[in-house]
Amino acid sequence: MTIIDINTFNSLKESTDADFIKELIHTFLEDAPNQIEQMKNALDKKDAESFTRAAHTVKSNAATFGATELASLARELESLGRENNLEIGNKLQVMEEAFYQVKNQLEELK
Amino acid sequence: MVVSSEPARLLIVDDNKINRMILSRTLEQQNHIVETANDGKEGLEKIRTGSFDLVLLDIEMPEMNGFEVLEACLKDVELRQIPIIMTSAMDELDAVVKCVELGAEDYLTKPVNPILLRARVNASLEKKRLRDEQRKLFRTFATKEVAEELLRTGFSLGGKQVTGSVLFADIRSFTTIAESQDPAETIDLLNQYFSLMFDAITNNGGTVNQVIGDGLMAVFGAPIFFEDHAEKSVRAALQMLEQLKIFNQSLLAQGKNQIHIGIGIASGDMVAGYTGTQTRAIYTCIGDTVNLASRIEQYTKEALRPLLIDNYTKQGLSENFKVEELGKIMFKGKHNAIRIFAVSG
Repeated sequence: MTIIDINTFNSLKESTDADFIKELIHTFLEDAPNQIEQMKNALDKKDAESFTRAAHTVKSNAATFGATELASLARELESLGRENNLEIGNKLQVMEEAFYQVKNQLEELK
Repeated sequence: MVVSSEPARLLIVDDNKINRMILSRTLEQQNHIVETANDGKEGLEKIRTGSFDLVLLDIEMPEMNGFEVLEACLKDVELRQIPIIMTSAMDELDAVVKCVELGAEDYLTKPVNPILLRARVNASLEKKRLRDEQRKLFRTFATKEVAEELLRTGFSLGGKQVTGSVLFADIRSFTTIAESQDPAETIDLLNQYFSLMFDAITNNGGTVNQVIGDGLMAVFGAPIFFEDHAEKSVRAALQMLEQLKIFNQSLLAQGKNQIHIGIGIASGDMVAGYTGTQTRAIYTCIGDTVNLASRIEQYTKEALRPLLIDNYTKQGLSENFKVEELGKIMFKGKHNAIRIFAVSG
């Protein structure tokens, strides 16, 4: 899977203007680490609801930018959380690594 | 091509900041006025107070989710009129289907396609504009509930067999009154009179469907059927007479002519529907029952009683009414004599 699906990214870019896409990327890169943090805390506290919500947000935003792999990792975590299953192994770390790859690419693209 | 539309007031309810930013930006580019809410609870508060033309509602949200917000809106006669477009991820389609079945106007999947977003928003706004126009028309004549029912079931010029009560009311010797004062005063008098009568009728579940000069026709039990249509129609008539008594006292105090009316009610089967053309149609009822009600109303002049009803209406009344039989009357166009009753309270 590609880190950023360029077609999705370009159609987002075309539907707005250059300044706005910068603002969007900035917001995403600033917010996503908070959501990852929220997921880690939720795991510690065994708070499946909070975990699911944060995963949902990461999934939604990743899909918006065409970050296909990150989106699908977050989706998997979201559905595990929804089933109240927080035995996720290293899946959150994998998702976090995927996010940093996305971050590097988006910084180049903006 | 982007279809331009009139600017509207839109509310975006979404807990995701990126989604709010993209939706707002895309819709603001169309000159719409956009407000946002960060969760369902805040969204519902804003919907209640903000007089929005359309709401874009996320499903998955903290505090109150989109489903709960939608349900709250649909329960409210006023809020129900605001079109709600659900926004959700592709993998939440089950939830979306539930929302659309419940009464959401439309849905969009996220990430939203800007062209689709504009098209759906504009189509919903256009539909709302048409509904608002119809609603305005209906509300002049019917209760809120009847107006909403008519809008929900839609306009159909086809007729329907219904059972209900029909009420006719007319002002006695109105021509004399009209001749004795100036035209502006006459119209003003009529408007005050009708507003009192309309209130008495709609308060009792009736629908005024025709006003001709100084006369009016109202229907009870159609288009929405209710079991006690006869009793409600008689209650409305008594309330009309009561209201008129108070109105007459104020006319008397101003040294003006008092108004006297006759009311006739008949109950039974009739054909209800819209008559006219697709662009100019009114909801009305026709048939023997309607003719009879009109004849009974005419007969109040001879009987010198303000309120007369037929036997079917009498049978629908509880014990609490003062009813007096006036005997069988032969009406023009009827084969059999009809038992007529006077109601006095």
